[in-house]
Amino acid sequence: MVTITVNGQSHQFEQALYFAQLIDRLGLAGKRLAIERNGEIVPRSQFSAMSIEDGDKLEIVVAVGGG
Amino acid sequence: MKPHENLDPLLIAGKPYTSRLLVGTGKYKDFAETRAAVDASGAQIVTVAIRRTNIGQNPNEPSLLDAIPPSQYTLLPNTAGCYSADDAVRTLRLARELLDGHELVKLEVLGDPRTLYPNVVETIAAAKTLVSEGFKVMVYTSDDPIIAKQLEEIGCVAVMPLASLIGSGMGILNPWNLQIIIENAKVPVLVDAGVGTASDAAIAMELGCDGVLMNTAIATAKNPVLMGAAMKKAVEAGRDAFLACRMPKKLYSAAPSSPTAGLITPAA
Repeated sequence: MVTITVNGQSHQFEQALYFAQLIDRLGLAGKRLAIERNGEIVPRSQFSAMSIEDGDKLEIVVAVGGG
Repeated sequence: MKPHENLDPLLIAGKPYTSRLLVGTGKYKDFAETRAAVDASGAQIVTVAIRRTNIGQNPNEPSLLDAIPPSQYTLLPNTAGCYSADDAVRTLRLARELLDGHELVKLEVLGDPRTLYPNVVETIAAAKTLVSEGFKVMVYTSDDPIIAKQLEEIGCVAVMPLASLIGSGMGILNPWNLQIIIENAKVPVLVDAGVGTASDAAIAMELGCDGVLMNTAIATAKNPVLMGAAMKKAVEAGRDAFLACRMPKKLYSAAPSSPTAGLITPAA
């Protein structure tokens, strides 16, 4: 079991997923987003090459209206 | 064509912009209204915020970037809501990744959630880190001339003092400080925050500001699209007035505008 925290909420998966798979599983496919893992950027170019690890703390962000 | 349209661009980090009005995208009813107001304002640089995405929301929900596409506008991701240098830096690293390596950013680090007054100590710390990482930082700050100069010396590409507090609509409370900041600066100075209506924006430009950044004044007007258009004219009028150099003020003038000679003879 792999347990990670995404935007402050706990998520469990049966195995480690590539970031691209994670994005799919979270229903975020096709969205323009950026990911930080444990304080470090996960480059979008690496979404299909890098995978989540147990205990990861992720921030997944998008652009919204602001001044 | 107005003489300044091509000859007087706003230069930020070496890039010319014909519009000196920068606008935010917060507090609008919907993205259609955002887009209409932004277009009415003529702004080329448009601020956006970076926030956690909702997990499990409707995947077809419209995105701000569909309404304000990065191909048509220069997006200026901000750090609104950050209260520490660390959070601001992390937010802008995410923004750079989100926007494909885009380096122009708006740094703001707040010190107090009630007033939204900036924390200049944290702002300076964040600016140093961001500049060292290659960001082109437009920095929101207080109207303290010493801090403004320090932010310039750190390498920020524009200094953006407040006119009054964020969202207050109080206008320009300390034109004298702004004047000192403008006199000292070698980078563009933009008033950011506090503009309430068109005359405030015109006054900022008449003082010699290089531009004005606003959000609430347009977004929370009863008619945001009309206010966007009004702000466009105000910024242009203020800039033209600044370039034209106003007449000196005096208490009264013994020189009327009409000729003193050739008056008809007074009735006997």
